[in-house]
This record gives sequence, C-alpha cells and structure tokens, in this order.
Amino acid sequence: MQPVIDVQGAVKRYGQGDSSIYALAGVDLTIQPGEYVAIMGPSGSGKSTLMNIMGALDNMTAGKYFLDGIEISSMNENELSIVRGRKIGFIFQSFNLIPRTTALANVELPLAYQGIKSAERRIRATKALEVVGLADRMQHEPTELSGGQQQRVAVARALATRPSLLLADEPTGALDSKSTADLLDLFDQINAAGRTVVVITHEADVSERAKRVIRMRDGKIVGDTMNSGRVA
Amino acid sequence: MSILEIIRFAFRGLSINRLRTFLTTLGIMIGVMSVIVLIAVGNGSSKAVQQSLDRLGTNSIQVRSGGGGFGTRARSVANNTKPLTVADTVALIDPVQAPDIKQAAPVMNANATCVNGTSTSTPSTFSGSWPSYFEASNTSIAKGVYFSNDDVTQARRVAVIGNTTATELFGTDNPIGQTIRCGGIPFTIIGTTTIKGSTGFQDGDSLFLAPITAVQNSLTGYQPLSSIIVEAKSAKTTDAAQAEIQTILDARHKVKTSSSRDYRLFNQATLLATSSSSSKVFTVLLGVVAGISLLVGGIGITNIMLVTVVERTREIGIRKAIGAPKRAILSQFLIEATILSLVGGALGVIGGFVGSHFQIVGVKPVIVPSSVFLAFGVSVLIGLFFGGYPASRAASLRPIEALRYE
Ligand SMILES: Nc1ncnc2c1ncn2[C@@H]1O[C@H](COP(=O)(O)OP(=O)(O)OP(=O)(O)O)[C@@H](O)[C@H]1O
Ligand SMILES: [Mg+2]
Repeated sequence: MQPVIDVQGAVKRYGQGDSSIYALAGVDLTIQPGEYVAIMGPSGSGKSTLMNIMGALDNMTAGKYFLDGIEISSMNENELSIVRGRKIGFIFQSFNLIPRTTALANVELPLAYQGIKSAERRIRATKALEVVGLADRMQHEPTELSGGQQQRVAVARALATRPSLLLADEPTGALDSKSTADLLDLFDQINAAGRTVVVITHEADVSERAKRVIRMRDGKIVGDTMNSGRVA
Repeated sequence: MSILEIIRFAFRGLSINRLRTFLTTLGIMIGVMSVIVLIAVGNGSSKAVQQSLDRLGTNSIQVRSGGGGFGTRARSVANNTKPLTVADTVALIDPVQAPDIKQAAPVMNANATCVNGTSTSTPSTFSGSWPSYFEASNTSIAKGVYFSNDDVTQARRVAVIGNTTATELFGTDNPIGQTIRCGGIPFTIIGTTTIKGSTGFQDGDSLFLAPITAVQNSLTGYQPLSSIIVEAKSAKTTDAAQAEIQTILDARHKVKTSSSRDYRLFNQATLLATSSSSSKVFTVLLGVVAGISLLVGGIGITNIMLVTVVERTREIGIRKAIGAPKRAILSQFLIEATILSLVGGALGVIGGFVGSHFQIVGVKPVIVPSSVFLAFGVSVLIGLFFGGYPASRAASLRPIEALRYE
C-alpha cells in the first residue's frame, strides 16, 4: 500500500555553525493510511518540528518527505495551499485562532478558502462546533474563551474540512479529563472511518488509545511499538 | 474563492481593526487636506496681489519728490530739492521728447474730513488732479461724469468719490448732485467710481477726486505737488517712458548724476514683478510645508501599518496553515489597503475643498488642481505600499515562519 506519510532522513537544523541545534537529526518514518499513531517524547525532542514538516507547514534542512507519494518540495504554493486546506487537518499546540474573530468564523475560514458557499459553510462549521461541545459559544471571540474552549475550537476547525489526515499537536494539553475522553472518542470515530490520525502527547491515557506509539529523543526516533493491548 | 468573498474578508478585516482603520484613514486625510489647503492659500495670496496690482494699472508711473534713497543721503539731497510743479507735468507731455508718454497729470493730496449732515468720511485718498488722472490711474466712472478740463480751469468745486466714501456719507442714497463739505469747503458730487477693492494696504474705494485748482484754492494752497502721475503708451513702453521722464526732469531740475536726483519714480510693473515673485516664493514655501505634512502623515500611516505587521503576519501564517492560497491573502490585504487609502484620500480631498472655502489669514484660498492630484496620488501610493508590502512579504513565508514572526 502507498504510505500516507513517508519521511526519509529528515534533518532540521536551527542556527549556523557552532551554535546550531539539530531539532531533527535524521528521522525516517512511514505511516500507512488508516493508522492511529501517537508520538511521545520529552520536551524539546523535536515532536512539533516533525509534525510541522508532516503538515507541510515547514521545510527541512535535509531529507525527503512524500505525502501520498508526492514529494512536498516539488509542489508549488498553490498545490501546497490545497494540501493544507483539504488533505490535512492540523491542530496546533498553541491553538492559533484568528484574533478578534468569532469561534464560528474561525471554523468557517478553511471552508471559505476551499470555495464552499456561505450557507453550507455555516452548517458544517456549526456542526463541527457542536461535535466538540461548543454549540453555545459560537459567537465568542478567542479572548472570551477558556484555554480548553479555544483548544476545542481549533479541533473543530481542523475537523470541519473532513481531512483524510489529522495531525494534532498535544490536542488535550488544555483539556480536563472529561473533555479529553470526549476528544479521544472523537479521534477513535475518525480513525474507525479509515482516516489517518497522528497525535503528539505526553499523556499515557492518550497514547494508550493509539495503535502505534513512536518515541522521540534528541531529534531521533528511539522507539516504535504497536499497542498490542488494544483491541482494533 | 470568489473575489466578492475576498472583498467581504477585506471589509471584515477593516472592521476588526477599527482603531488602525480610523488612524490610517485620518492620517491620509489630514495629509491630503493640508497639502490642498496650504497650496490653495499660497496660490490665493499670489492671485490677490496680482489682482490688486492689475487694478492699479501696469503702465502708470508715479513721480514723487525726494532723493533716491533713505536716511542721511536722502536728507542731504533734500536741501536742494526742487519741487515738482505743474510746469514739470506739462513738460512731460511732449510728443517729440517723450514719444512713449501718453499723458501726465499733477496730483495734489490733502487730508480732509467730508461731512454730509451727520455722516462723516475721511477718504484715504483725497486728491486734486486733471481729468487725465482717471485714465492714468485706471479709475473709471460707475455713475455720473468725470470732471472736465473746464472744471479745472474754472476751479469748480465738483468731485468724484469712491464707493466706500459714498456709502459712508450717503448710505444707499444716490450721491450724484448732492453737496458735501470737505474741510469746511462745499463740493458737489458729479460722479462715483467703479469698485476697485482693497490693494492690500488701503481701501481703493475710500476716494475723493476733485479738480486740482479747486483743491489748491480752498484746501492746500499753491504748495509743491505731491506727485505727478504719468501714463505710458503701453505696459511694454513703461521702461522707455521712464527714461524719457528722467531725461526731461534731469534737465529741468539740473540733476548732474543719477544718484543726486531730487525725485523718485515708482513703476507698477516693477512693483508687480517683485510682489508676484515674492508671492511665488510664499507658495513654494507653503508647498514645502505641505509636502512635509504629507510626509509626516505618511510616516504616521507607515507606523500604524508596521505596528500591526507582527499581528498581521501571524494571522497570515494561520490563514496559510489552514489552506489559504497566496493569491487570496494578497488580494485581501491589498483591497484593505486600497479601501483605506482611497477613503482617506477622498475625505482629504473633500476636506481640502471645504477648507478652501474659508478665508485663511485674510487670504481667499484658490485650489490648484495639480495639488489635488499630487496629494491624493502620493497618499494613496503610501497607503498601498505600506499596506501591501508587509502583507506580500508575509504571504511568501512558510506558515511556521509567519507564525513565529515577531
Ligand atoms: N525557531 C526555532 N529556532 C531555534 N530553535 C528552535 C526553533 N524551534 C524549535 N527549536 C528547537 O528545536 C528543538 C525541538 O523543538 P520542538 O518544538 O520540536 O520540541 P517538542 O518536542 O515539540 O517539545 P514540546 O513537548 O515542549 O512541545 C528544541 O530544542 C527547540 O529549542
Ligand atoms: Mg511541541
């Protein structure tokens, strides 16, 4: 089968000469369609860096990245925007909502850039916000929402486009245990529908739900195990 | 994504950043407005000077008694100053020696208050002269008649008055045929002059003109003339006429060198040239001030735009990350900048036109069309550049770079 994600020898270096840091020091990673992968590792081990590259948001110092068999570096700006908008749903560690814009408008935005008409946009965005339990907060702006609520708006925004690849950078970081459980149920559903899910997490109860756990340290993958205890 | 949608996004962007929108528009508006108004003031003042000098007539030359300079030299010369006389005047009207002089008239000034019943008026110009004075000084009759040569020889106490004097003495009544007393002497009004307006120094319509003989007989006595007014054949021949005056008067007054002349010549054409060139300097100065204010306005706009660049760059990063095409981002931000600069520029033009309706430091501004285009164009370009450039730079960054921008 054609892998969704195929990263070969990924290197990301920040800075020049002596003061340079390797955020990624040669990473090889293949993820098949329909997989549910958790990435774990200590802070600063390069998890977010890898995720940003997989989300086509950042470039690499060296290495190759094939998304659905197409090398990302060969794509032009326009093709990249289509990949980011339709194929990938990205949930940022720091939410990244548009300031002074309501939750609903934030969730509608990626749909607007895909050219979806405003009536349908509204329906789909409203639904996505209902799914994350924010039906009563749709007209609130980011500053009027708690961290957990902002996190859930970000999730709704990533889900509204119905991406085939969901990349989530610590999506439960700001959530309580109830919301965490709800979100994990949602991910299970998404994955059960055959969509690929990659989650960065520090929490064991999150990684337990995944089928495969990857461990990172100092910019390298140091462990790649299947969650045998889990019933598929 | 349709262009309509993008325009809607631009308007949303503007309504979200209200303060920025307001300040930018205000900055552009003030810049445009001040350029238009300041240049209009400069232009208006030079127009006003020109008009008042035009009214005086550019081909008339005034001969006044006294040395060519100021201070000690003038006083030392004054000791052997020969007075200007009617004979001098007559000598100037000589088609052979002075072919470029059309006519000349002696002028005798007096200070007198005129009374009609309970109304009084003190004309700022109270002169006795010949009928040719009217043409030489560009004074025409609105109602009634000029006094005639016959009036001069008979020393008839008739007078022509200006509009201000007429209003002061008679209000809205017709002054023609009425008799007033000036310095206690009765004069019959036979005409009024057309309105001249202010020359900037004095009211040209505060005027009383009578036959020179009548003024001399009753008010001043036969002392030296105040001046002689000479009219050249045309504005082009004033220089030649001036040389002829000097030749004739130098001979009559036994002047040996030009520095010891006991009379002075005043030429409206040279006055016009100096004052219009000085008002040009004034306009240029105002233009520079206006340019600086446009620049300061531009820096203000830039500042406001740059302050929001960090925030906007992050926003562009988010938009790119969720699939916004570069084209959509660029269009949105360019449309925002265009709306801001066009609205600000248009308000500035309106403000400039409104502001130019008012008298400013006594000057009626006259708008220079090119200044409107210049001010509008420059401000719109500034707005477009500083609104569009940071956005286009941000749109070329990778999303993560844009998100981390600070
Ligand atoms: N823009 C940058 N400039 C310089 N160094 C950077 C930059 N971004 C990340 N790094 C460095 O790269 C390394 C990996 O960072 P990354 O964000 O991938 O860590 P992480 O595993 O996601 O950590 P966390 O669990 O805290 O989110 C860190 O040492 C970090 O300091
Ligand atoms: Mg991270």
